[in-house]
Amino acid sequence: MSEHLIAEQVVCHHCGDTCEQERIIYDDKNFCCPGCRAVYELFIDTGLQDIYADASRLKPEDHGKYDYLDNLEIANALHDFRSEDHNAITLTLPAIHCSSCVYLLENLRLFHDGIIRVSTNFVKQEVDIHYNPQTLSLKQLANLLHRIGYPPQFKSEQKKKQSNQLSIKIGVAAFCFGNIMLLSFPEYFGFNEQIDDSFQRFFAYLNIALALPVLFYSGIDYLRSAWKGLKHRFINIDVPIALGIITLFARSVYEITSQTGPGYLDSLAGLVFFLLIGKWFQSKTYENLSFERDYKSYFPLAAYRVEAGTTKAVPIAELEEGDNILIRNQEIIPADAVLKEGKASIDYSFVTGEEKPIKILHGETLFAGGRQVGESIRVQITKKSSQSYLTSLWNNQAFKTHDDLGTEAITNQISKYFTVTILLIATLSAIFWALYNPENIWQVITAVLIVACPCALALSAPFTNGNLLRIFGKNKFYLKNALSVEKLSRIDAIVFDKTGTLTESNSGEVQWIGELSEREKGYVRKLSENSMHPLSIKIKDSLPEDMSDYSLAHFKEIAGSGLQAIVDGHYVKLGSASYIDADLDGVPGSVYLSVDDEVKGRFKVKNQFRAGLADLIRDLPDYKLTVLSGDNDQERSELMKIFPSNTKMLFKQQPQDKLEYIKHLQAQGQTVMMLGDGLNDAGALKQSNVGIAVTEDVSTFSPACDGILEGGKLQRLGDFLGFGKVGKSIIYTSFTLSFLYNIVGLGFAVSGMLTPIFAAILMPLSSITIVAFTTLSGNYFARKKQLI
Amino acid sequence: MSVIFILILISMVVAGSFLGLFIWANKSGQFDDSVTPGMRILFDDKQKKQNKK
Repeated sequence: MSEHLIAEQVVCHHCGDTCEQERIIYDDKNFCCPGCRAVYELFIDTGLQDIYADASRLKPEDHGKYDYLDNLEIANALHDFRSEDHNAITLTLPAIHCSSCVYLLENLRLFHDGIIRVSTNFVKQEVDIHYNPQTLSLKQLANLLHRIGYPPQFKSEQKKKQSNQLSIKIGVAAFCFGNIMLLSFPEYFGFNEQIDDSFQRFFAYLNIALALPVLFYSGIDYLRSAWKGLKHRFINIDVPIALGIITLFARSVYEITSQTGPGYLDSLAGLVFFLLIGKWFQSKTYENLSFERDYKSYFPLAAYRVEAGTTKAVPIAELEEGDNILIRNQEIIPADAVLKEGKASIDYSFVTGEEKPIKILHGETLFAGGRQVGESIRVQITKKSSQSYLTSLWNNQAFKTHDDLGTEAITNQISKYFTVTILLIATLSAIFWALYNPENIWQVITAVLIVACPCALALSAPFTNGNLLRIFGKNKFYLKNALSVEKLSRIDAIVFDKTGTLTESNSGEVQWIGELSEREKGYVRKLSENSMHPLSIKIKDSLPEDMSDYSLAHFKEIAGSGLQAIVDGHYVKLGSASYIDADLDGVPGSVYLSVDDEVKGRFKVKNQFRAGLADLIRDLPDYKLTVLSGDNDQERSELMKIFPSNTKMLFKQQPQDKLEYIKHLQAQGQTVMMLGDGLNDAGALKQSNVGIAVTEDVSTFSPACDGILEGGKLQRLGDFLGFGKVGKSIIYTSFTLSFLYNIVGLGFAVSGMLTPIFAAILMPLSSITIVAFTTLSGNYFARKKQLI
Repeated sequence: MSVIFILILISMVVAGSFLGLFIWANKSGQFDDSVTPGMRILFDDKQKKQNKK
């Protein structure tokens, strides 16, 4: 089943089966059959060898991670169907990314007999799993999926099954539309005179009967939405459409009952049908370009409550104040709590953007949303999770940036006056036609009401920005929302943090200057192992691995200074020169070491600038650049080589200084982009107009910033900014296009040259044109900039 | 000519039953996913593949 179990046997590199009858060696790898070899060749030729890395990276079982699934209440809420020997569950597996995934998942029953069947929805990244709970528990299932590389994502609220309402409405509208047209044939061909009056009346009343479901079932959403708007004294986009539908229906019923004419029921049905088709297309497109992030799925679902020595998984909503819960490595704290037991080291990147863990002392408060890094801890809840800090943090949108709303505001302005203007135009043209040629009046009114399409205007911005978000995301540059994309195009000042942003955090040379015995090296390693500071990690990595496990006591880390502890009976201190010995005149950029108060020497740490940095700076000639650094200015000369001469460089900056500097720039009217890695930048990131966290681990979610950029992609920043500007021009172009469409369309409608049916076809067509234009032009420019 | 009334009503019933079929197909999920089945048909059953060897 997994490669671990059959490691002794020869395993086919392609399919993972044992090579029993045949063994083909090709490219130093074993294959069980020529077919597998051929597929392997094909994959290598097309550069798809990554598929093997994916398949073979069987993740170790994460012990206990899914234990809460044994809780009946939680399991009940997650399942679609439950019985004694057949359960069904729909799971979101974000890891699904290619047809091999579909293949693997749909053959899941080969991994475990308990699986009855699996069907995959590739687009939604969902699987529908039927399994036998007697042989396979939900927890085992989750572990199985986790192990083969598809960790399931459980949501607190299982998404409601998408209703097929819309397609049924379209079906009903199409049915009625077709039949009404059929019954209107005599009228179309001018047979009215030749056929019997009773037939005519029969057809007309049948048409009314057929129009009823169109009005009250298919078109009800328009009526309802318009009514809701009016009730709140607000004229929304659906008002003209609702008005048009009602006008057509009322007029037709009047004409038929008074026997003055055949009515316009065919127009009515066609209108609703085409409107719904347009709506369906839009929702399909939105489904494919869905960028909404489900914040809830970042929260854990259950916590482990400590009860009389044992632990029990309980849903978070059931946690009460005073409950003791267990938080293990990499788990998120579900509610504000006080530390009771264990060494807490909390990573608040989820809340603040700060990736470096904060150590919490006994009795101190831990806030919801932090993630424990290290050993398991026991905490006592002080506030119910529903009221907790983090929930309110999201609810009151504390991280929604303060400034303007961009084109969203323009769109809102337009829609506000749009409908009023349309109603005015409709009234005016009705008055004109009443005087000039009353026969045309109904056709003109409905055509005017229907043809005007604010949708095209409203769609320009979200679709362009959405597409940009997607393209950025493909380049490992993740922006929080569409608004951030717009703000990106207005940036004129860029502020870089030095450490971790311009320099690489996990490389750089460490050089020891002084004398050190092997034993002492072991002490230093032991000491630095206990710290999360980047310098400690670098020093630890530079020392040889030591198997002898020295005792460690009284460990202490003083932020900004250094570490100390009693290792193997010796008092070891590691840190800045002034921390080791107040009289020591230190060399900048060094970490000093003392053992039993005797200065042993120093580690010289040289930062390494990211590759491509010089190219990046050359790409940004139009921006005011600043480098902020918490370190001293020893690297100024090297930075001068890379940055242009007018770049401002500020050293020894405290977090507050960074924030103040951003404020200072903003006061000068600059739109500021801040790039920082986190340790001290959270405040500055939040203050800046666009705060980008540069990180090595993009899965870290940090609401304090507007975007997350993978460190290695920093050199593409110039392209990203340029592409953001292109996006802005695309939005303005499509604004112009849809304005032109509306003016021309209304012109034809007012002059009576447009039938309502044609208007109903034109309207969704204009939306589709805008969507196509924004998406295609976005992709075109992205390709030009080699972003896709 | 009055047979037309009956014929039209019958045609309505026939057309209506097709509408009913459409609604039924829709509710039973035939249109939920139009991408994955296209991939699925290309996969051999695992058992068959093993027999081939």
